[in-house]
Amino acid sequence: MEKNRNNERLDRTILRTSTNYLLPLLILFSIFLLIRGHYLSGGGFVGGLVASIAFVLHSFAYSPYQTVKMFAIKPFFVIPTGLIICFLSGLLPVLLGYPFMSVVWFADSVVVIGALGSALIFDIGVYMVVIGVVLTILFTISENT
Amino acid sequence: MITNFILAPILMHMFTAIVLLFFWQKVLVQKIISIVGNSIAFLLCLRMFEMTMSNGYLTLQLGSWQAPFGITFIADTLSAIMVLLTALVSLAVGIYSTASLNESRIRFGYFFIFHFLVMGLLGAFLTGDIFNLYVWFEVVIISSFILLTVGGKKRQMEGAIKYVTMNMLGSVIFLTAIGILYGITGTLNIADLALKVAQVENTGLVTVTSLLFFVAFGIKSAVFPLYFWLPSAYHTPPSAIAAIFGGLLTKMGVYAMLRVFTVIFQPDYFTLVLFSVIAILTLLTGALGTINKKSIRRVLSYLIVCHIGFFIAGMGLNTEWAFVAIVFYLIHDVIVKSNVFMISGVIVKMRETVDMTRLGSLLKDYPKFSFVAALVLFSLVGIPPLSGFWPKILLFQETFKQENYLLLAALIIASFVTLFVIVRIWSEAFWKESPKPITEEIDHFESFPFSGKIALIAPIVGLAFVSLYIGLSANSFMKLSEKAAYEMKNPEIYIENVLGAKQ
Repeated sequence: MEKNRNNERLDRTILRTSTNYLLPLLILFSIFLLIRGHYLSGGGFVGGLVASIAFVLHSFAYSPYQTVKMFAIKPFFVIPTGLIICFLSGLLPVLLGYPFMSVVWFADSVVVIGALGSALIFDIGVYMVVIGVVLTILFTISENT
Repeated sequence: MITNFILAPILMHMFTAIVLLFFWQKVLVQKIISIVGNSIAFLLCLRMFEMTMSNGYLTLQLGSWQAPFGITFIADTLSAIMVLLTALVSLAVGIYSTASLNESRIRFGYFFIFHFLVMGLLGAFLTGDIFNLYVWFEVVIISSFILLTVGGKKRQMEGAIKYVTMNMLGSVIFLTAIGILYGITGTLNIADLALKVAQVENTGLVTVTSLLFFVAFGIKSAVFPLYFWLPSAYHTPPSAIAAIFGGLLTKMGVYAMLRVFTVIFQPDYFTLVLFSVIAILTLLTGALGTINKKSIRRVLSYLIVCHIGFFIAGMGLNTEWAFVAIVFYLIHDVIVKSNVFMISGVIVKMRETVDMTRLGSLLKDYPKFSFVAALVLFSLVGIPPLSGFWPKILLFQETFKQENYLLLAALIIASFVTLFVIVRIWSEAFWKESPKPITEEIDHFESFPFSGKIALIAPIVGLAFVSLYIGLSANSFMKLSEKAAYEMKNPEIYIENVLGAKQ
């Protein structure tokens, strides 16, 4: 019994240490995916999933309670914020007189990221919605068990 | 005319839904946002209807992807009518539900799902792409699952499970039919499909595919052998939800049928006979189902099934005048059906039950409300100056002209049974003396604050006035239906508007 508990603590130590390094790396990777996507276009959905995996890992290593504490706001409110961003990115071309959801490109390309269009804004919205949904589901389940 | 405005009502409901998410737990704020959103969406729909009437078709190629490759949104007269009806009913039910639903249900995100549902309905009415139509159907179905099951009691879950299973089956058949259609034509745009399907040599395969669509939409609109889920699902949820379901959800199936069988497929002799047979059976079984039911809600649920038969009958005749009758009947039916469910909800608030044997003396206790209720109930039957009369008589005439006497007989029987059932509801619930003395505890309605009473009664009175207006100025509605029917019988105009004049 005593031995088991020691083992558990040992496991946690390894997991926690690796999580401390993996969390920023995974989030960096998710932002890379957000900008690069699968084949060059945006990858809001995969990026969002990778980012939420990072937080899931953190909640395994520590506890869901401590993961929630990292967020200034409840993860639930990331969902409508992301949806609003998607909505506005669709509305942007309408203001310029194109059909809804057309991609508008900004005239100058940005350093490192390259050409910037409204599709990226849409992807950022998707990224946030995915993180919000996954974390909300996860924390709701872990609260109830 | 190419315009972004066609998406405005859809986006308005989406925006309202998103804003509601920010106020997840605040009941009062949610109510206010929902009413404001519904009102603005209603005004946008009104403007869109007016634009469609003055400019003809409105189209939009989403994201600048030209048809047939991208998703097209198109509004013709039929779509514009449906959009306006949806906006009207959603405004009425939205106001009604602020008072009739309890707080815990609103905390579960009722208004968010409600706006999502309406968004799906509007999308289904406006899309010009068969796969996109499927997606909007899914949006509607998923929202309606949630509305049906939230706060579920055992009885409610039973109906919901039937509803979920049948609609899943419908979706599978719908998707299969789309797959086959894509396999034989290589396109999903409705206008482009119309051109390509006409060139397919294997007409047998086309007929089979069209019937798969008929089965899929038949499940959703509850035609004869596939309707059994409806009466068990529609009488359990709160009346605000039943109102929007009864008014609009089955009509979405009817709309999809009309769209598919006027633009993509031109029905052959076999299909028309099948429609007539299904119509007769739907009318008769729906009518028979109403007779021995004691609960008002169950009677109304069976009446939905019965009246779907009118639409299928019109499609079986497949003449321009039959389509005029269908469109007119659609206008009447959406408004009156949702209104009768709201009335049944108010009766529940007054007497705690919708069982006709335990109701009574509503006329004595609430004379003004009973008058409005009578107006609505008898519009449903179609007593001459009220709205149901004109489309029914039009359909009877057309059936008589086509010498389809069996169908005519079924239509008349269904109408008489409707009359019988409505008169029975009137005499049992409103007229006769109450079987037991009404104690103050039962009467929830009196305990509502004044604003709550207004929110319950105003939508009912408003929709009652609309149905009265339809009956009294039937001439202008006849012209409107004729315009829609003309467009349905001449799909070339639709195709030209989507694909441009390059054909």
